[in-house]
Amino acid sequence: MKKFFAQAYIWFLLILLYAPLVFIGIFSFTESRVMGNWTGFSTKLYSNLFSGMMQGDSALMSAVKNTLLIALIAAAVSTLLGTIAAIGIFNLKGRRKATIQFLNNIPMINPDIITGVSLFLLFIFLGFSQGYTTVVLAHITFCTPYVVLNVMPKLAQMNPNTYEAALDLGATPGQALRKVMIPQLRPGMISGFILAFTMSLDDFAVTFFTRGTIGLDTLSTYIYTDARKGGLTPELRPLMTLIFATILILLVIINLRQARLAKKAANR
Amino acid sequence: MTDKDVIIRLENVSKSFGGKKVLDNISLDIKKGEFLTLLGPSGCGKTTTLRLISGFTTPDSGTVYMDGKDISGMPPYKRTLNTVFQRYALFPHLDVYDNIAFGLKLAKVPEKEIEQRVRKVLKMVSMTDYEDRDVESLSGGQQQRVAIARALVNQPKVLLLDEPLSALDHKMRQDMQIELKEMHQKLGITFIYVTHDQEEALTLSDTIVVMNEGKIQQIGTPADIYNEPVNSFVADFIGESNILNGTMIEDRKVNFIGHDFECVDEGFGTNNPVDVVIRPEDIYIMSHTEGAQFSGTVKSCTFKGVHYEMFVDSDSGYELMIQDYNAFEPGSKVGMLIKPSDIQVMRKERVCNTLEGVMTDENHVDLLGGEFECMPLAGAEAGDEVVAKVDFQDIELLDHQEEGTLAGEVYVILYKGDHYHLTVLTENGDHLYVDTQDIWDKGDLVGISIKPSAIKLSKRNDN
Repeated sequence: MKKFFAQAYIWFLLILLYAPLVFIGIFSFTESRVMGNWTGFSTKLYSNLFSGMMQGDSALMSAVKNTLLIALIAAAVSTLLGTIAAIGIFNLKGRRKATIQFLNNIPMINPDIITGVSLFLLFIFLGFSQGYTTVVLAHITFCTPYVVLNVMPKLAQMNPNTYEAALDLGATPGQALRKVMIPQLRPGMISGFILAFTMSLDDFAVTFFTRGTIGLDTLSTYIYTDARKGGLTPELRPLMTLIFATILILLVIINLRQARLAKKAANR
Repeated sequence: MTDKDVIIRLENVSKSFGGKKVLDNISLDIKKGEFLTLLGPSGCGKTTTLRLISGFTTPDSGTVYMDGKDISGMPPYKRTLNTVFQRYALFPHLDVYDNIAFGLKLAKVPEKEIEQRVRKVLKMVSMTDYEDRDVESLSGGQQQRVAIARALVNQPKVLLLDEPLSALDHKMRQDMQIELKEMHQKLGITFIYVTHDQEEALTLSDTIVVMNEGKIQQIGTPADIYNEPVNSFVADFIGESNILNGTMIEDRKVNFIGHDFECVDEGFGTNNPVDVVIRPEDIYIMSHTEGAQFSGTVKSCTFKGVHYEMFVDSDSGYELMIQDYNAFEPGSKVGMLIKPSDIQVMRKERVCNTLEGVMTDENHVDLLGGEFECMPLAGAEAGDEVVAKVDFQDIELLDHQEEGTLAGEVYVILYKGDHYHLTVLTENGDHLYVDTQDIWDKGDLVGISIKPSAIKLSKRNDN
């Protein structure tokens, strides 16, 4: 009996969590403008979405492109910066190390809205004209600490002598970094990259405050504006479904890979 | 730099880390093709010396030469020597073959030659057929072999080994020692080996450099170092030994444990205090006392495999460690003999503590950062710099740090037959030498107190 309630509780929670996603998924296969009205099965919204993508003229499609491009640039740059920063922080000692690690953690717990407003004020103060560049810079800023956090444990696991061993065998510091350090840090860098990518992808507050007035839209700001105009564009439903499916598949792949690596390590 | 046999020369090298002197003016010549071991307790500066040679640190002052050229500031990747690291430091993302080929690939050696050289060196360390293995799937001993192969494949002129066997179990260690020795003989290159294990050093080396506290204590062959240690530190560190206080009566005659002994040492003056070292296997023990130089009672007897180890109280009140193939029952009366040539006489490094201090008022003096009460020194006023001499036995150690004028930590313990000679490290990192009957352990935290009458003051620079 006790077990039954425990099970029921878990399922109840899961249903609560996933019901909205499932709803969007189901209603992406019908044509009605208002969600909740089932007007028969149709893939018209999907074909609209893809034909819009082909023509490349719809505001929704340009928002999707902006989102992906910004996320890619921000994730790539913050992976680079974050890895370098992690190596530097790791080699600090004592109180300085603790202080910098603490300072690295603050932006992550800081509410987005505060990060957004303060960056907005900073860009105005510096006289930057806001637009694409400022959004990318802002995203790099809040993504980098996550990369640092993901790379640090890999540095701790690494035998510090391997870097010296590379130098000893004739590698210049640059070669030692490329051929010995980076390969050992790679798993941390990849998970840092993925985390940065997803953080950038779903950011609203920071983007909203740093995009300026040139009409730049990412997916989140587009949906926000669209919803205020009265009702969501129906094509958003298949788009959301596709994004969710992609992320689900990515997660499954990552988890399977980790399980395989763990098993391999356990077999040694 | 005319000496052609010297491959590496350290000249007046000093190095400090965070204000602490790790190497203090070291000079050392390393000959081509020799197996040289840097031996000492942890923190003695042996690893720093190795890192100066490999290029991972640079000296604060002094010069490192290789083949007559100054390499003090040369980065490690330009030096023609290779290192075997303590924890192997293999590259976990590469397999055995790629680990070993790493240096050759960087040097742009043709692919075919790389393959030949890797095969050859794998054969040498008996690791053929392992080339495709993941390095993390190998045992500790196998990883060590790969690390050695990775260094040797580059055909360095000098191979540096930083405690390479310390992570292996005892049996594996002995096997690897033999293999290393054979490799050294076959290759004919210079091996510089760092260890804290005196047995390993004695087994492997052509030359041993004993280090302590950033200074070289003694350089010599294993036999020299074992049979003729230059001071009590070396005697205590290498092998087992009885270290005793003695008095050199005259040339070839020394008094210790209450008896006069004939010895072979000369030039220590007359009636001078000395340290005497006798190895436990050099004391002859017999069940009768006639014909013996001195007698005593067996206190304990332990079987050690090849020999028995006995502790014997001499009738004159000293405890001696003796090793013999025959066992003598505890409680039995025995006679003992020591051959003149087995008595090693050493000059004492110091006969009392000599400290520099400042008078704070006429009855107090500041020594090593603590204010001690003292007898007034004629003509000395507050602020005067003085020299204080304190005998070893006049320093009192207390159970609790806060009870003493100074706090300290027991750092080195030397048993001298009837008392312990301790080195106590004070808070400021200074050394105090203490003779005591009490038993302390290394690392004990103690309070230090000195009676006013035991502090013998004199003015500084008043000669």
